[in-house]
Amino acid sequence: MVTETAMQARRKAAMTVLAHSDAAGIAECLGAIAVPAHEHLREPENGLVMVRGRIGGDGAPFNLGEATVSRAAVRLATGEVGFGYTLGRDLEKARMIALCDAMVQSHELADAVEANVLAPLRSSMLASRERQAAQAAATRVDFYTMVRGGG
Amino acid sequence: MYVAVKGGERAIENAHRLLAHERRGDRDVAEISLAQISGQLSLGVDRVMTEGSLYDRELAALAIKQARGDLIEAIFLVRAFRATLPRFGATEPVDTGTMQVRRRISSTFKDIPGGQVLGPTFDYTHRLLDPQLAEGSAPEAPVAAEPLAAMPRVTDILGRDGLIEASPQTDDGAPVGDLTREPLSFPADRDLRLQNLARADEGFLLALGYSTQRGYGRSHPFAGEIRFGEVEVEFFAEDAGFTVPLGAIAMTECQMVNQFKGSATEAPCFTRGYGLAFGQSERKTMSMALVDRSLRARELSEEIKAPAQDEEFVMSHSDNVQATGFVEHLKLPHYVDFQSELGLLRKLRAEFFEAAASAEPLQEAAE
Repeated sequence: MVTETAMQARRKAAMTVLAHSDAAGIAECLGAIAVPAHEHLREPENGLVMVRGRIGGDGAPFNLGEATVSRAAVRLATGEVGFGYTLGRDLEKARMIALCDAMVQSHELADAVEANVLAPLRSSMLASRERQAAQAAATRVDFYTMVRGGG
Repeated sequence: MYVAVKGGERAIENAHRLLAHERRGDRDVAEISLAQISGQLSLGVDRVMTEGSLYDRELAALAIKQARGDLIEAIFLVRAFRATLPRFGATEPVDTGTMQVRRRISSTFKDIPGGQVLGPTFDYTHRLLDPQLAEGSAPEAPVAAEPLAAMPRVTDILGRDGLIEASPQTDDGAPVGDLTREPLSFPADRDLRLQNLARADEGFLLALGYSTQRGYGRSHPFAGEIRFGEVEVEFFAEDAGFTVPLGAIAMTECQMVNQFKGSATEAPCFTRGYGLAFGQSERKTMSMALVDRSLRARELSEEIKAPAQDEEFVMSHSDNVQATGFVEHLKLPHYVDFQSELGLLRKLRAEFFEAAASAEPLQEAAE
């Protein structure tokens, strides 16, 4: 039996991967598994969140500006309720995240979602992060000191 | 007297059709796509997102296309759009210390932990026009084998030795000022000032920041650190009952380190100015940090004598949507106002000439 904290951590980890992936990628992965019967608890909708920063990077919060978001909620026929939140206005992406979140909580479906959806999306997310980090690393300055005089 | 005037509908409709026609440009040239604007005019998109105060690359690209590249018009369009969507709430404050860094430099320490990472920058380019770009190109990105190390903020390093003032703190859940919800009033707290500066016109802040460097409210700044990259954003979702990840937002942060303050009871330490913006917005965040610092004059008991230290002056004139609205409204019909001015002027002139005419004979007599 998974504790509630562990389940929440697992759901957040899955949501992170999904939020970082594009809708086409998620749809392609979902195509590989049998999607269970489900209903919309909250029709996918667009809205805004106010993005906050911190004064000095680590101080009191302030309002930086808004960002578009999409959200949705679904319920599987077996009862699991999933929530989908993502930056941007892609309603279908929010719906698929909610569906995956519900499946992650299902004992029967969690493994299939991990193997067919989350694992491939996670590795492509990490690969793109690594590629970007390697590009940035190529611009790191190596200082050297000019030897003066000498003899 | 108010006189309603009607007419001009057909002229207006045709003007808009002509605008659409001109916007499309030469039909023999391919139409520009949003992906092209977003990917290849990305710093313009970043500016529209920052000053439009809405993070959405595709919408900002659409606004730039619709505005024919007029960025202030595009910012106006984005601001108007945001009013059409409901707000779900506020995110957790982002942690720029965990940024996936694409650029990070410090002008105060050569050997900062994590190193100086130049990233995609115009710095050190020769500013010579490149004719090859006119031909089209497919450059390849450089790649290093060694990964990047962790990058603590420079201000955190200085803070450990007490050499720099700590950032102001509030209790969790304390209200955060929001100028999109309440009208501005003065004096304004730093959270409201930073929100105002984050949305402010880059050119206005650049000029004000420059003015502090030239002596109008001098603050002896160093660019302690500038970093640009992706920051994770999280949001407490009431329906889910926990904080959910939303994805990552590209941001630029500037930590300005300024001359010290101290008192009989406090050891002297460096003071700070802060800048934060969407996308790669380096000039904006540097200017913002300079002006944030100069606007702290009251708090730091500095004499307020320069425009950049006057929060009412700065905050009331920083918004380019408000500014352009008021300046550009001058071209809308003011026929009735002008007619009454004209009538008054005619009357004054008539009185002037009458007085002059009646004074003339007396003058002659005096001679």
